[in-house]
Amino acid sequence: MGYRIGADVGGTFTDIVVEMPDGSFESTKVLTTHGRPEQGILDGIAAIADQLGIAMADVDQIIHGTTLATNALIERRGARTALVTTEGFRDVIETRTEGRFEQYDLNIVLPAPLVERKDRFVVSERINARGEVLVPFDEAAATRTIAALKEREYEAVAVGFLHSYRNADHERRFRDMLVATLPDIAVSISAEVSPQMREFERFNTVCANAYVQPLMASYLFRLQDELRRRGARCPLYLIHSGGGLVSVETAAAFPVRLVESGPAGGAIFAADLAARYGRKRVLSYDMGGTTAKIALIEDYTPQTAKTFEVARTTRFKKGSGMPISIPVIEMIEIGAGGGSIASVDTLGQIRIGPHSAGSEPGPAAYNRGGEAPTVTDANVQLGRLHPSTFGATDITLSPACAATAIRTHVGDHLGMDEQLAAVGIAEVVDENMTNAARVHAVENGKDLSGFAMIAFGGGAPLHATRLMDKLGLDELFVPPGAGVGSAIGFLRAPFAYEAVRSFYTRTDRFDYRAVNQVLAELTVEAESFVRLGTDADLVVERQVSMRYKGQGWEIPVRLDAGAFDEFAAENLAGVFTKAYEEFFGRAIDDLAIEAVSWSVRVASLQQRPTTLQMLAASNMVVGDGQRPMYDPVAGEVVDARVVERPTLQPGDAVNGPAIIVESQTTTVLGSHHVAVLQSDGTLLVTRGDTQ
Amino acid sequence: MTTKPTSAKAVEFQIMWNRLIAVLEEQALTLVRTAFSTSVREAGDLSAGVFDREGRMVAQAVTGTPGHVNTMAAAVPHFINDIGPERIYPGDVYLTNDPWKGTGHLHDITVTTPVFVGETLIGFFASTAHVVDVGGRGYGPDAREIYEEGIRIPIMKWAERGELNGDLVNILRNNVRESDQVIGDIHGLAASNETGRRRLLDTLDEFKMTDLEELSEFIFDRTRTATMTALAAVDKGVYRNTMQVDGYNETLTLAVELTVTDDGMHADFTGTSPLSAFGINVPITYAQAYFTYGMLVALAPELPNNYASLFPFTVSAPPGVILNAQDPDPVSVRHVIGHFVTDLCLGAIAPALPAIVPAEGAGALWNFQASARSADPDVLLPPVELLMFNSGGTGARPTLDGLTATAFPSGVMTMSAEATEQIGPIIIWRKEIRENSGGAGEFRGGLGQIIEIGPTDGYLFEFSAMFDRVENPARGRAGGDDGAAGRVYLDDGSPFATKGKQTVPADRRVILELPGGGGFGNPTDRDPQAIANDTIQGYIT
Repeated sequence: MGYRIGADVGGTFTDIVVEMPDGSFESTKVLTTHGRPEQGILDGIAAIADQLGIAMADVDQIIHGTTLATNALIERRGARTALVTTEGFRDVIETRTEGRFEQYDLNIVLPAPLVERKDRFVVSERINARGEVLVPFDEAAATRTIAALKEREYEAVAVGFLHSYRNADHERRFRDMLVATLPDIAVSISAEVSPQMREFERFNTVCANAYVQPLMASYLFRLQDELRRRGARCPLYLIHSGGGLVSVETAAAFPVRLVESGPAGGAIFAADLAARYGRKRVLSYDMGGTTAKIALIEDYTPQTAKTFEVARTTRFKKGSGMPISIPVIEMIEIGAGGGSIASVDTLGQIRIGPHSAGSEPGPAAYNRGGEAPTVTDANVQLGRLHPSTFGATDITLSPACAATAIRTHVGDHLGMDEQLAAVGIAEVVDENMTNAARVHAVENGKDLSGFAMIAFGGGAPLHATRLMDKLGLDELFVPPGAGVGSAIGFLRAPFAYEAVRSFYTRTDRFDYRAVNQVLAELTVEAESFVRLGTDADLVVERQVSMRYKGQGWEIPVRLDAGAFDEFAAENLAGVFTKAYEEFFGRAIDDLAIEAVSWSVRVASLQQRPTTLQMLAASNMVVGDGQRPMYDPVAGEVVDARVVERPTLQPGDAVNGPAIIVESQTTTVLGSHHVAVLQSDGTLLVTRGDTQ
Repeated sequence: MTTKPTSAKAVEFQIMWNRLIAVLEEQALTLVRTAFSTSVREAGDLSAGVFDREGRMVAQAVTGTPGHVNTMAAAVPHFINDIGPERIYPGDVYLTNDPWKGTGHLHDITVTTPVFVGETLIGFFASTAHVVDVGGRGYGPDAREIYEEGIRIPIMKWAERGELNGDLVNILRNNVRESDQVIGDIHGLAASNETGRRRLLDTLDEFKMTDLEELSEFIFDRTRTATMTALAAVDKGVYRNTMQVDGYNETLTLAVELTVTDDGMHADFTGTSPLSAFGINVPITYAQAYFTYGMLVALAPELPNNYASLFPFTVSAPPGVILNAQDPDPVSVRHVIGHFVTDLCLGAIAPALPAIVPAEGAGALWNFQASARSADPDVLLPPVELLMFNSGGTGARPTLDGLTATAFPSGVMTMSAEATEQIGPIIIWRKEIRENSGGAGEFRGGLGQIIEIGPTDGYLFEFSAMFDRVENPARGRAGGDDGAAGRVYLDDGSPFATKGKQTVPADRRVILELPGGGGFGNPTDRDPQAIANDTIQGYIT
């Protein structure tokens, strides 16, 4: 076995991780090169390969995740794109939901459609909800539209017709005619990109795919060619938003599936750790410079969804972005990062974010011209971060600058000194993250009691013990390599593809033959994508979204293996009722049950990692000194021991209050916390009072 | 900055305040997910709040629509009074759908649950949702008295000391259509209050508190100060406005006299047209909700709703005007007129806030409520009920164009055409921006939309029209032009009435042209680039 490389291109840094033949990791961070993102990857790989003495020919696999597609959508840097749609529905992506995502803002600005009205064309055709043709496809009109598309020199065309998830014939016919006339144009049809009911979401998704497709295809093939030129003989794979691997060809055809692939890597990283420790219910908590992301992981599998929103414009508010209907690892993201700015509102309340000081000018404590107080500044004021132990070597923290910023912009407005104001900032940001975690759990019908927390990303270990206390969780894991967690996660991902399609039926008149056919087709589709990457044994998981007749929200119901027969409906109703009770606490009698959307996920069978033995404390570590730190458990400043994480050995225990420092992050323990270093370098934190 | 110096306690109170709102959001979210009522699940037409022991609202979930902003806030004192303080026990659950004690029509059910710490009453949770049916004629304006609009539940106990009132459940079950869904939604409201109650007790425990008194004083104090600061932006004095709307079959005048004093704002609706014979009348509590919403959105958009933020906004009207319906006036579709109260009152204070107040918009929603029935009396087909929410354009803002096909002041969302067609025998043939419908101005009014709908599969529709701004378009402001008026007609061009029950025959289509918003500022001042873009995009032709 040779080397495997994971490459995560983020907004600021490109992380490269190399998995060595013995299973250990080496990593490097280089600056992302925005104009030509492949340059950063290639340079980073060259640097670390040089350093480790690795020849490109010895690399077995390169796995890549990128925010390039996401950024192209956020920054509107995509192709010149047209949308072709059903006559009468030209404006679906512009009128959206007809709602306002912020009820109390008279000057609200709704997100502009990805494809402007002048670039939206209609063709006479109509299919009904059962897939029957009401108005035949008008070939003459299609020919005229294609002539207009040619004349106006579009680079990409999205095709979205009503009810095409049920009958894709018209969309395919239009595509075939278009490709026959304009063979070089990039075409995406909604029945292939996202065959899910609800036209706004589906049309927007197909537009997003078309919009980023030329850019992504060219980038991916450039990267692949350049890797080959440099001697790589191994395949390149992409991580997708659902947390699986796909080939370059699949990624180039469906680039919208790459959106949010970086955070997906983080969730896989956490899921893998959960499996190693045999923790079946885990809250994954990732905090960086501008946001915090929280995901639920059960049975070592991250929670997934069929639709999500990218490019939120206003305070990460639901509805302020654009919906993308593809399978995705579900997480909640809020504007709470180290760089998030604290302010005081008209009610005299401390508010955090969503504005971030970013890396330039950065928090006030960086002393690079930033004047606004940030979460990082509060952590400096409270003694959690300190100049002598701050990881980044090119930054000298200035506690005085942090104190001034906090006092001027928060404390003075509230009659508090900088210390009390910093306590307020820390408490409010912790409470915001706690509330986000709770709401996320409720949305998924879960109760967080009994969950363990896994914290990674540069900011999370600073706040994790407080969150753990607020949420009433008993265990916190802080794995090593937390700063490059997503890239490590890429290397743990299976080859996987999830195919989803809407097909409406009811348990009281269940069309089991049609359902069998839908599931069979979805299985073939998903498997064909997975087979582009692997010959391994496969696992197939099937799911259906169901609800009571009259409701608007579906809940996911897992299906057993095997085909349905005429008795299947009753069984399915029973499974739904049980799932509904789990979600909402009670079922409802005598109501018809509807099945709306079906999905099949095919993944390469992965060996579950060997379960690690938990190490109990065998040696109490006193640490390398003490420093005053505010401890929210005690509610006062205490003397905290300072411990260098790299000096810890398995079995070493640290009693709080303590600060455990390493180059990428700092783990803070309150007075009732105790941390024990495990055999793989993970810190396991519990409360002393629970042992 | 007006707040007083404060202590570590203030930080703790802020955390608790945020926590209370988060708990209520959770409660509202669960309701949305489990609700059967279309207007709840698609439109967030619901509310959840926590109250102190006197029935003053301490916090409220931020939900989709302002109709419950202070209607529900005012409801809890009625519960305390009607049940009687001495008959409030742990394990009790109360409910009502009284339009004058709840939220303005029988379709809204408010459920209230007392919270005890030990034997001591410390407060209440209340939640309100629009249910699928309440019996009577069904949802529509055609009733002449409230008795025709459905069953009225006076304030009473749904459960006492944990014991469900089986008689009441039985009566309800026999008086409403879709009774499983209605009873299911009431259980949902009660369950969400129960979740809130438990979360509140946990939170009090965590913060080592035994009641809400100190916290609610803190919240009211902070909010009162901020509200009064915001109100100071309007010069003291009297402001007046009138507005014409279509009404049921004759144009109505809505009139307001706004008095701004040091203590708050008072809206008096004297001069408003008399009551209608039909169910478009508005209980004053509902008019107050849309008045308060309009003032808060203009003056203090970031303030949370609670007793102290709502307290300064008061209303009055002589009996007999359409904004002060009295028992037993019919009030079923009170939103059709009630939604205009926001634009009416914003128009009144526009001279004081010229850089804030937008032009008038389409105002009331154009809900399409249809009963699909077999077109051939000899062919038996199951009846199907359909409901779509649709919005016209909003008024242009002082620095921005209006919003196209977007709800204001209501907070609802529309439903997917594909999802609607899954439910029943309906084909939505067209749902598109209505070109040239926004009022011209330096900033253009939001455009309306055109919708064509027809029955299919051997059905016809009986639909309850409740459309407005057909005779009386949205007016422009500061020199801006009016938005286009709405139109409603059959596909052969024959017009429909804008209110009341009518029929769309099999395989025909009804065409709705929704009104546009008014323009703001002189059209000749419009940026030539904006005009060019409007032309390129086909917004104007």
